[in-house]
Amino acid sequence: MSEPILQVSDLKTSFSVKRSGRKYSLKAVDGVSLSLSAGEVLGIVGESGCGKTTVGRSIVRLVQPDGGAIRFKGADVLAASGSALRDMRLNLRMVFQDPYASLNPRRSIGDSVAEAGDINKVFKNRADRATRIAETLTAVGLEPSFAARYPHELSGGQRQRAGIARAILPAPAVIIADEPVSALDVSVQAQVLNLMMDLRERLGLSMLFISHDIGVIGQISDRVAVMYMGRVVELSDARGIVDRSAHPYTRALMAAVPKPDPSQRIAGAIETGEPPSQLNRPVGCAYAARCPLVSDRCRVEVPELRPIAPDNRLAACHNL
Amino acid sequence: MNRDGIALWLTPFVARPIALIGLCVLLAMVIAAAFAPWLAPYNPYAIDPISRLMPPDAVHWFGTDQFGRDTLSRAIYSARMALLIGAGVVFFALITGIPIGVLSALFPRLGHVLMRMVDVLMAFPSLLLALGLIVILGPSVANSIIAIGAGYMTTTTRIIYGLALRLRAETYVEASRSMGSGTWWLVIKHILPNLISPLLVQASFVFAFAQLGAASLDFLGLGAPPDIPSWGNMLAESRTFITRAPWLLFFPGMMIVLTAFSLNLVGDALRDRLDPRFRNAFGGEG
Repeated sequence: MSEPILQVSDLKTSFSVKRSGRKYSLKAVDGVSLSLSAGEVLGIVGESGCGKTTVGRSIVRLVQPDGGAIRFKGADVLAASGSALRDMRLNLRMVFQDPYASLNPRRSIGDSVAEAGDINKVFKNRADRATRIAETLTAVGLEPSFAARYPHELSGGQRQRAGIARAILPAPAVIIADEPVSALDVSVQAQVLNLMMDLRERLGLSMLFISHDIGVIGQISDRVAVMYMGRVVELSDARGIVDRSAHPYTRALMAAVPKPDPSQRIAGAIETGEPPSQLNRPVGCAYAARCPLVSDRCRVEVPELRPIAPDNRLAACHNL
Repeated sequence: MNRDGIALWLTPFVARPIALIGLCVLLAMVIAAAFAPWLAPYNPYAIDPISRLMPPDAVHWFGTDQFGRDTLSRAIYSARMALLIGAGVVFFALITGIPIGVLSALFPRLGHVLMRMVDVLMAFPSLLLALGLIVILGPSVANSIIAIGAGYMTTTTRIIYGLALRLRAETYVEASRSMGSGTWWLVIKHILPNLISPLLVQASFVFAFAQLGAASLDFLGLGAPPDIPSWGNMLAESRTFITRAPWLLFFPGMMIVLTAFSLNLVGDALRDRLDPRFRNAFGGEG
């Protein structure tokens, strides 16, 4: 693996929440470290509220982390200002989940697609702008004439293509895709996923692909990080996660993927109960209450991410 | 706007004939104001002591007042004052409400302070507030606009604040921020364009209430100077003749009611057009 293009180290992000008059700190992300190599697709998977979206939003500076560092090509993202910040705004780009909410209904598709370029004054003149919009729309499989249309004239799949077009104009290095296909019909999902893989190939993009759907993640990622309660619990190549998941939580996620053949269900991995409250985290392993392998140690000591046999993948579990 | 766009805007009026009538009344009012010198049969200031307090007849359709001035001519000229006050109050409400509401939504700390001040203003009944301000500022047309506008800028600000708060949380605003947009960009490109439609509706209601407010101030002698024709002034001058010459109160009173009512009908129709929950009922865009 080459030098990572994006490196997240020990990222901590919390939100303050008011419950019955008292202020609590909700630790959405609690010490996450990830690295993304040039051209790689890193999947982040986990259930709702595990902090995977917050990791993505921290990278594009939509939320301010409490601690840790994010480095893009070695430069500190969180401290960037001026032209360095402009450079990061153009290079670290996000695709949002809901294509119905992520496009302003009062702006034409062309204006939305060109927004990053307009904000950061990238275009030389109006003709250059129009050409770039047309090229980008073509690249995502939309007619250049869509530039003059408005979001309500587009289908969900077309809107998400426009959302992707917005993310790849002018020429980003990293795409952070936050559940880019979850809001789409299954038939459209595959088309959009294929488009993203195609663009990755053609534009040499690196991608952080965030999803709750381990099936989708396994298909398109090179490596997968599994998150639970704000921490990474397992990190491995995609095959390793899908075929030989080690961490009991990953096994539970895999077991939850519907299978055409009931005899192939993973035995003993069905979890019980719900995750513990984010506001009142357990002392030891956050998964202890639901884990089939739980031991006494799990209830007192937080497991660190460590290499485990046989393939030296990383997993955070005392009992592997 | 293309032909489809115009058709879409007319749909709610066609679907609701009463709203179309309201639109026609307002149009008539605008025409009356614009072409008053040609439409009015007499000079509205011309005193004719011989034909004082004449009941409506073929010569003076709406009768004459205690100075022999033609009521119809004065009523037509009054449309000018009505439009001026209405437009002025709407302008005042928007010019104050948009910046206060939008800034309050974008900067929560500032918003806390500004919104409490708006709450204080809202605590006064609007007519009482207008009277208080007129006492301080002195009666004049411009001051009437400010005094009435102060009462309606509060509700306008509240509406803008609520909408801007919602817009601020929209994903497309977030997407824009993630690309490095500043406050000015967000306001111009994302927030204001989405405020236009609801503000159009609000403007029509403020315009209607401004008519009532202006009429009230004029009636109390605290609005436009008494020689200027306005429906409120006409009511104020002739109230002592209510038994001898009731037409002097009937016609201006009728004009105020008709104007306010028409504006409300048009406002309702616009709201139905712009509220997506009603949109399909009129066959508009889905």
